[in-house]
Amino acid sequence: MTQLLVGTKKGLFVLEGTAGKPFEVTARAFAGEPVEFATRDPRSGRMLVAVTSAFYGPKIFYADDLAGEWEQASGVELPEDAEKPLERLWTIEPAEDDGHLYAGGAPGVLFESHDGGASWELNQAFWEQPTRPEWSPGAGGMCMHSIATWPGDPSRVALAISAVGVWLTEDGGKTWRNGNKNLYPRYMPEEAREDTLTLCVHNMHRAPARPERLFMQFHGGVYRSDDAGESWVSIADGLPSDFGFPMVVDPDDPDSAYVIPLVADMDRTTPEGKVRVYETRDAGASWTARGHGLPQDDAYLTILRQAFCGEGSGETMGLYFGATSGDVFGSGDAGRTWFTAATKLPPVHSVRAA
Amino acid sequence: MPVVRLRAPLSELAGGNKELELEGSTVAEVLKALEREHPDVRGWILDEHGSIREHINVFVNREYGRGDTAVGASDRLHVLPAISGG
Repeated sequence: MTQLLVGTKKGLFVLEGTAGKPFEVTARAFAGEPVEFATRDPRSGRMLVAVTSAFYGPKIFYADDLAGEWEQASGVELPEDAEKPLERLWTIEPAEDDGHLYAGGAPGVLFESHDGGASWELNQAFWEQPTRPEWSPGAGGMCMHSIATWPGDPSRVALAISAVGVWLTEDGGKTWRNGNKNLYPRYMPEEAREDTLTLCVHNMHRAPARPERLFMQFHGGVYRSDDAGESWVSIADGLPSDFGFPMVVDPDDPDSAYVIPLVADMDRTTPEGKVRVYETRDAGASWTARGHGLPQDDAYLTILRQAFCGEGSGETMGLYFGATSGDVFGSGDAGRTWFTAATKLPPVHSVRAA
Repeated sequence: MPVVRLRAPLSELAGGNKELELEGSTVAEVLKALEREHPDVRGWILDEHGSIREHINVFVNREYGRGDTAVGASDRLHVLPAISGG
């Protein structure tokens, strides 16, 4: 049995089922509210949800039991002297220490919790980055969407922000530096590409089995780093497009990753009207289209950056993604075959296997 | 004292109160008083700057109010979600 936490434009949906068959909606929460992200901390079993109400602003809620009450977490706010209030929360990620979690949001902010997500505080060192006044947002705001911890080493973390590139710490977040070497922002004038901070990372994941390796989906580019995010090489050859948002990495195989390309920044739909996940088994040297069981005729879907997840690893790895069409698709065999898990949900913002 | 009228979910955050008498001579002062009396409301109507959130409307009696709108002892403040969204 697989349980999926699906964040949508109109609330959280909990889907349950077995790979190969349609899933059931077993619970709904935050009805009518935009749920940007929902995940379960595997260490505690606690569910954590980022809700960005158009009316009441961004909040984190948590619950230990789906049948129980959702509690609002405290401290999810910016200092009073901030230029703008907190705009949105994009991700929540368990850290390496017990009870420690990270949350990323806009405008380019990192929160930390040391009590399992009940209370949060701003990472001051990142908030006070001297270059912050020069930072630029992407179309979705200045969103910190990717937080890649280092298995077994709480001191090392990589962050990615649209559009402020990659940031690295080796002292548990006390100091931060860029890791942007060889990223190629073709949306910038040629003479400005060399030293720009306007680097629109769309997604970034670490390969847990080889932590110095990271995979990245860029705003026009797919990259790999083998030096813990210091520098990057293009691995986009073989894809129908180097534009897209979501990405999954096999936790046990550092050579395996999955992306879902979209046509381009000016046409954010699946190429040729076919929904296909692309898989690499050789760290990006080659890519294989995986679309068996996915819509292949007149299917122009948009899959957002947090709407793709993995479950398990290897040949039986589960893969699940949702589209803004409200469809959720799944695979129980690492993408070789696919099935429709749900249809007619509100536009899907995030999917995570619980 | 001016009266603040709330609907769910704000009324639930305010201890189940749909109507509260609160001190203050401007809209912002009254809403700050609401936050002091019911801390769970903090961050829902006013943002970190103390500004009324973009998609929240506060009416003073039947007129749109802003943070600096003057409020008298007999006024009623209505806090409502704006007609927006999709």
